[in-house]
Amino acid sequence: MKASRRDVLKAGVLAGGGLSLGLQISGGAKAAMPGQLSAFVRIGTDGSITITAHQPEIGQGVRTSFPMMIAEELDVDWAQVTVQPALGDRSTYGVQLAGGSSATPTQFERMRRLGAGARAMLVQAAANAWGVPAAEITTGSAMLHHKASGRSARYADMAEAAAAIPAPDPKTLPLKDWSQFKILGKRVPGVDNRAIVTGKPLFGIDTRLPGMVYAAFAKSPVFGGKLKSANRAAALAVPGVKGLINVAERRDLKTEIDIALPGIEVLPEGIAVLATSTWAALRGRDALACVWEGGDAAFQSTAAWEAAAAKAFKDGPQKPGYMNHGNAPAKMATAAKKVSAEYSYPFLAHSALEPINATAHVQGDKCELWLSTQTPEDARRMVALALGLKVADVTIHMMRSGGGFGRRLMNDFAVEAAVIAKAAGVPVKLTWDRAQDFAHDWLRPGGWHKLEAGLDEKGDIIAWHDHFVSFGADGKLNPTAVIDGSLFPSGVIKDFRADVTVLPIASTLGWLRAPINNAFAFVTQGFIDDCAQAAGRDPLEYRRAVLGAPRAIPIAEEFSGETGEDMKGTPYNTGRMRGVLDKAAEMAGWGRKLTPKAGERRGLGIAFHFSHLGYFANVVEASVANDGSVKVHHVWVAADIGKQIVNLSGAENQVQGSVIDALGAALGQKITFADGAVEQKNYGDFHLARMDMAPAVDVAFLSTEYMTTGLGEPAYPSLAPALAGAIHAATGKRLRTLPLDTSQLTA
Amino acid sequence: MKLNINGKPVEVTADPDMPLLWALRDVLGLTGTKFGCGAGFCGACTVQLDGEPVRGCQTPVSAVGTAKITTIEGLSASAWGRKLQDAWVALDVPQCGYCQAGQLLAAEALLRTTPKPTDADIDAAMSGNICRCATYTRIRAAIKQAAAA
Repeated sequence: MKASRRDVLKAGVLAGGGLSLGLQISGGAKAAMPGQLSAFVRIGTDGSITITAHQPEIGQGVRTSFPMMIAEELDVDWAQVTVQPALGDRSTYGVQLAGGSSATPTQFERMRRLGAGARAMLVQAAANAWGVPAAEITTGSAMLHHKASGRSARYADMAEAAAAIPAPDPKTLPLKDWSQFKILGKRVPGVDNRAIVTGKPLFGIDTRLPGMVYAAFAKSPVFGGKLKSANRAAALAVPGVKGLINVAERRDLKTEIDIALPGIEVLPEGIAVLATSTWAALRGRDALACVWEGGDAAFQSTAAWEAAAAKAFKDGPQKPGYMNHGNAPAKMATAAKKVSAEYSYPFLAHSALEPINATAHVQGDKCELWLSTQTPEDARRMVALALGLKVADVTIHMMRSGGGFGRRLMNDFAVEAAVIAKAAGVPVKLTWDRAQDFAHDWLRPGGWHKLEAGLDEKGDIIAWHDHFVSFGADGKLNPTAVIDGSLFPSGVIKDFRADVTVLPIASTLGWLRAPINNAFAFVTQGFIDDCAQAAGRDPLEYRRAVLGAPRAIPIAEEFSGETGEDMKGTPYNTGRMRGVLDKAAEMAGWGRKLTPKAGERRGLGIAFHFSHLGYFANVVEASVANDGSVKVHHVWVAADIGKQIVNLSGAENQVQGSVIDALGAALGQKITFADGAVEQKNYGDFHLARMDMAPAVDVAFLSTEYMTTGLGEPAYPSLAPALAGAIHAATGKRLRTLPLDTSQLTA
Repeated sequence: MKLNINGKPVEVTADPDMPLLWALRDVLGLTGTKFGCGAGFCGACTVQLDGEPVRGCQTPVSAVGTAKITTIEGLSASAWGRKLQDAWVALDVPQCGYCQAGQLLAAEALLRTTPKPTDADIDAAMSGNICRCATYTRIRAAIKQAAAA
């Protein structure tokens, strides 16, 4: 879809007489209704400059970075700008999506052209007023100047006249040379920071409405389970409980959504408890003491899956030759040496810190929702479908999300709240507790890999073979558990073969920060270390050899944005990867002599990975104590996400956070199933990184001649393999299962 | 029940067993204090009782008594609180921001008792507070900046 080729700027007049400029969304095929005016930029006659932040904010910084793009080309000072939030409304704003690290690469240019368009109209208004050529007018800090005549005016003075000028074709607008940026590339603190540190209501869960009741929802911990019994009288006897609502299961909630994600489809059956506080609602839910039986997922257990994976490795794959590049078997037969190893990783939960919640108010044929969501338009369509309403009659207030990590791409909670609110007849805030968050997550699937490589006389890899075991249904891998041409070593190692075995699962799977990549990097980079060791070569030098000469290898994945920056055929650029690999090694002083303290062993590990169009490499320095405990002291990250960092402060924060998040996962996170249900209930048995675990993280961004790409995800995958490499360097032990079992590391 | 919240007497009608977290959020509308885990693991609900950081989700409202409650909405009344808030904004600490109220209440208690904290002091005082976005690098830097301000 190249909607941008049809982008039309649309001007309007503000109530006070100023200029508003937005997009006429000509709408891709999926537009729900005819476009309306969207005011991204408003120049008031009172001097106000308001920019709408239209992307969902989940902590990735878009409420700041997107208005920065507009403000830069509008040629105003950042301090002059007020940022205001948008509703979730695709027909007005185009795609609103926090996912796939996609917002920056797909909309960078579109946002700049919006700012440039408003500036051009203000310039033309001044040119008309002064009778001078527009080309002679310069701008800066929301001022217009004509040097020859010595005239100046504020944007505010020309805003009313500008509103009467036809909006220009965005394609004809000149954009600033990147060297002239005054806002982009600087460190700009988040626009909500002051509200955050003073405790202002910002998040979905902070919503309070007149007459609102609080709800908890009892549902089966086993997906698809049916209610056998419940003690309704006990629930109703809990002080503060006002009523119970029976919710019937629905399996018809399939709708078309913005990107290739599985929709929620299923509304589980259960009992909603309405109360005067969340606490009373949760107590009422517990008092129900619901007994559940059966369920699609009742067969699931981690022990059975582990046995099935081991059997598949012994008996051979279900789908041999699932992927075949070159001729790996023939090359393997000529190898001077063969290396083999097995890797595995667990299911992971998102566990965003803001618990899953939604506030809904249904009045007649209209529904209003206050949501922490990554996909507001999907929520809108899901709720419309569930309640039988028109999409236009569902209003989504897009609240700040207390973390997303992919969990809030799904809007099951919005549908639940809407269905409960319709029955309640009053506004309802539904809150899940932490155990429900784990029980009803859309999990990162676990997986197993049995790898074999053929090495030539020098020890270089000439063939790579992977038997990949993961999850799906009907013999097909789930979209969140695929192996495809976008993943290393595909393309880089010419002779590559993947076999596949699919294990059945009924629980919901989803996208977690750098999905697929967050698991594959551990496997593929770890196996490169195995091969380097077998070849008796240094892990850095060996990686340089694997990457080979700088070249662009087309990858199979299509990644095309909305702005016309068509990324089909995006290459895997080994030169860009070599750049970050060398930089990370240089930053860390790779090869230097380490000085372990008494009672510890110490090592460096290195890894690289490409995902979400970003090239990343990192070096980890870790020590291992005699009791096996691991301490990461320092991580050095080199990143190539193109030419221009949008907000240096936010960008650095994303990378440091991704690295420490990944460290927490590598050392302490694992979701397991027994009797069909998730076993973990809270942060006591699913360990997130904490302050005392957090190492120093140095970040370097290389500026290269490529388009700017996103940062929410690609720094995450390469941490775990570099950590495993550091542990190996320290102890001689290679850990090939996540989370890393440090009990194997005792001295 | 009578409570003292952020320097003001407040009358609250709530079940005595209700955790302070929910009395603040749902009864009194002070939503700056956050629900995270409900079990004392994450520290998102951290408030101060007579200056001591406590878990709002583990403190029954009836156990507060005459203790002075400080929440994020009242943090600016403390000189250390204001320095920390300014450092948090200037160093752009938050990502999603959800945990930061609890982090700030814990950090204010640290600086009041340990005005020049070492890294080990920061580890000890702050490791009960989870930041899911893992902004720990900046939390540490902001505490040090506030200490030096």
